[in-house]
Amino acid sequence: MKILKQIAQCLESGDDAGVPPLVRQALTEGIVPKTILDDGLIAGMNTVGEKFRVHEIFLPDVLLAAKAMYAGMDVLKPLLLSAGVSSRGRVVIGSVQGDLHDIGKNLVGIMLKGAGFEVIDLGNDVTAEKFVAAAKNNDACVIGMSALLTTTMPVMKEVVDLLKKESLSGTIKTIIGGAPVSQNYAGEIGADAYGYDCAQAVAGVKKLAAAVQ
Amino acid sequence: MIDFPLARLQPQEAAVYAALGLKSGSRPSSRSSALLQRALELFKTCSEPLGLCEAIVSDEFADVFSGQGRNAQDTPLKKIFPRADSLHLFAFTMGARISEEIKRLFASDDFALGSVLDAVASLAADQAGRVAEEWIERQGAMQKNGALPRAFLYSPGYCGWHISAQEKLFARLRPEKIGITLNESFLMSPLKSISGVLVTAPAVIHQFSEVYPFCAHCKSPACRERGMARSA
Repeated sequence: MKILKQIAQCLESGDDAGVPPLVRQALTEGIVPKTILDDGLIAGMNTVGEKFRVHEIFLPDVLLAAKAMYAGMDVLKPLLLSAGVSSRGRVVIGSVQGDLHDIGKNLVGIMLKGAGFEVIDLGNDVTAEKFVAAAKNNDACVIGMSALLTTTMPVMKEVVDLLKKESLSGTIKTIIGGAPVSQNYAGEIGADAYGYDCAQAVAGVKKLAAAVQ
Repeated sequence: MIDFPLARLQPQEAAVYAALGLKSGSRPSSRSSALLQRALELFKTCSEPLGLCEAIVSDEFADVFSGQGRNAQDTPLKKIFPRADSLHLFAFTMGARISEEIKRLFASDDFALGSVLDAVASLAADQAGRVAEEWIERQGAMQKNGALPRAFLYSPGYCGWHISAQEKLFARLRPEKIGITLNESFLMSPLKSISGVLVTAPAVIHQFSEVYPFCAHCKSPACRERGMARSA
């Protein structure tokens, strides 16, 4: 359908004012909200994510596209809710206890929403107990943790250990990221995945969510 | 007090693009360029740069450096500072307003502009360190052995100097006077702040070739390059 391609292209160019009228037009043409979401907005964000991955575009372009996605979602959200359409899964994110840096975590949250996930953002300075409680209470499939300091990294292990202790590591997966964190560290503490940047984090969450669901 | 003119702190556009991940040789989109111009305007209106600097003798700095006794066993600074011509504790902040503006932009879903402003502010804070280094050098640091003295900023949290040393650094310098506070994880608020010690010494003192255990985890190994780059 031509209109869905137009929505995706408009989103890719980061035109947040252009996307909502196109979404409304698609609805007028009788296309169901879920199709507009999947084949218009998310399809556009997937292209953006891929271009970012191969360095064809850079971060501000991705964020402009995400803003356009949000503008489109503002139109679709009430319709998706009333139609009972669920998200791709819930993801709890936060910067670990002691850490006030949250830009990286915020960017991952924005990209996850763009990929169709429901994001519960706990902010910064989040304790292990708070991560696990939020994941349990919201029926989340993934916990995403960010740390910018080597001194706060151990909280990530506390979350992994707490999930194991509560026998939740099979249903709630963990992904970690941040400047001092590495794939090796993820393996060392038993986290399920590591995201080098926000594109890799989204790809990791997609895999983890698919494995759990 | 050190003067931090905004024009000196404002980063080059190419540096901002690089910090945001634009590959060298690539051109930003027109939308991204427009975004950067808006971020630079906000930077000018929201920045409140303030810095604090105080001389400290080597013996007293040894105590600040040791902090809570959590430094790596061997560090470059441990070998460098006893040979310094002079040492100055230093703290700088871009002010609370710019951090609040970044938060506000993210909260209102203007995250593209928010992230560009964040990059601009981070680079400006780093640049403040270089402004301070040059200021100290200009203050006529003593020539030693005929070699040209260079001032370099070393900060807790880097190169084996444990971040918990911030506690003693703050107790001595009192950066609260310019609005910087520490949390229990020794992080500074406002976030766009830097602290450390300015070590003035002949350039060769700052150079080192050893590879320390913590170097394996370092993702921004600029410590060697800066010593080499400014040794001439």
